[in-house]
Amino acid sequence: MIARKEIAMRIVAPLLVGLLVLAGWEAFCRAGNIPAYLFPAPSAIAQTFAKDAPTLLKALMMTLKVTFQAFFFAIVIGTLMAFVFVQSKAVELSLFPYAVLLQVTPIVAIAPLIIILVKHTQIALVICATVVALFPIVSNTTIGLRSVDPSLAAYYRMNKASRLQTLLRLRIPSALPFFLAGLRISSGLALIGAVVAEFVAGTGGRSAGLAYEILQAGFQLDIPRMFAALLLITITGVVLFGLMVGLTKLALGHWHDSEIEGEA
Amino acid sequence: MNSAVPFELPASALAMKADAIPVIEVRSAEKIFPNGTRALAPLDLTVQPGEFVTLLGPSGCGKSTLLKLIANLSEPSDGRLRWWRGDFTGVGQAGKRLAFVFQDATLMPWAKVLTNVRLPLDLAGVPKAEAEARSMAALQRVGLETFAKSYPRQLSGGMKMRVSIARALVTEPDLLLMDEPFGALDEFTRNKLDADLLELWWERKLTSIFVTHSIYEAVYLSTRVVVMAARPGRIYREFIIDEPQPRGEAFRNSTRFAELCRELSGILADASLAGAPA
Repeated sequence: MIARKEIAMRIVAPLLVGLLVLAGWEAFCRAGNIPAYLFPAPSAIAQTFAKDAPTLLKALMMTLKVTFQAFFFAIVIGTLMAFVFVQSKAVELSLFPYAVLLQVTPIVAIAPLIIILVKHTQIALVICATVVALFPIVSNTTIGLRSVDPSLAAYYRMNKASRLQTLLRLRIPSALPFFLAGLRISSGLALIGAVVAEFVAGTGGRSAGLAYEILQAGFQLDIPRMFAALLLITITGVVLFGLMVGLTKLALGHWHDSEIEGEA
Repeated sequence: MNSAVPFELPASALAMKADAIPVIEVRSAEKIFPNGTRALAPLDLTVQPGEFVTLLGPSGCGKSTLLKLIANLSEPSDGRLRWWRGDFTGVGQAGKRLAFVFQDATLMPWAKVLTNVRLPLDLAGVPKAEAEARSMAALQRVGLETFAKSYPRQLSGGMKMRVSIARALVTEPDLLLMDEPFGALDEFTRNKLDADLLELWWERKLTSIFVTHSIYEAVYLSTRVVVMAARPGRIYREFIIDEPQPRGEAFRNSTRFAELCRELSGILADASLAGAPA
């Protein structure tokens, strides 16, 4: 009973806050008679959203495509890199600094370069977003693959386990919590990377995704539409995060400390 | 102890395997750590089939190091070891199986109890159905068959250790090595597990080497106690406990038990005081 009450609180309380903020926002705009091109009321944003839904949703699909492709490549490349790093210290030492280099260079600074170099807009965007999303997966998975309980590792050695057996039965499960934490960060970064790259591409006149819609709406002073596009990006981010949380729960819920709530 | 000096085996062990080949022979094995610490001075130890040998001593006497050498978890800096008169490559074949129980239960938290117990069989490529049946039998032996589908985190410390022992037994080992397996448990649980362990040993005549720093545990379990001294780690004295088997609660409460504990305690005190040999 208490658990159900807590879940209700978890949903109802933030929802209530949201509604209050929206109502206040609406009231503020109406009372102050603030024009929609300066600061639109929620109702105006909703109207615009209804009117422009087809274009906005099409833009959303593009952004999603870039985000998911980048996320996918980040997972594949990042995990492979981590496996290579773990196999050989020499490889890790020689390559890791470059992974850091990629991570610390602001994507906004390299995006124009990538977009000029790569002719196909979609591919250029995916490259930009992948670069942003890659690092958390590489570093987390590498740490994860290394953080094997030494006694268990000794046990495997003693039982003459093959390298493959040790990898599949010991290293990968040990790395899973770290990998999933990396995914959680990386999914958000893939979206940010996609939007940033779209902005850069959009400034260059290449149409793409929600960021381009925001840019265009800005040029046309269609502020409600900017808000509508922004809202879609935010919702996408929240949904992505929720998906990753769900995935983590599914994979670790039955055994990992991070997912087990006050039982003792 | 030099191997040339014969020591008396308990009658029970001798009667079992009069002309059997020794399970373990340690010959002038020495261990020096990379930082220069001399963990073990060259020492000799022979373990006969059916013995329950306890390595007892103050911390830093190298008892765990010696056990790790026997488990081939580390290599001696000098000297050599033999397993059933051969080298370690032969270990694992029928009649030469070795199992190790760590200080902690060392279970895989993501795997169910049954999967944990099955691990050595899975690694050895035993068919699934057979592995499953044998693992259930091993779990039954330690009284945890109803927890086969539980995860390790749902078990108490003592139960986890039982799972660890089941995992060791499932391979039908011929030599069981244990590194202070019950050190972290409360005394009541420890006594219970000691009693179960002794029963297992008696049932299968399973050659066992057990590391502990508890005098009571050593007296209760062993047929022979190897008392070790520190700096450098070495064998100080051997102490035969030739009490009738199987031992039960009655033995633990007997005056003989108290006497043996007192005697062993004296030896251990001498060992602790003993400086480096000349």
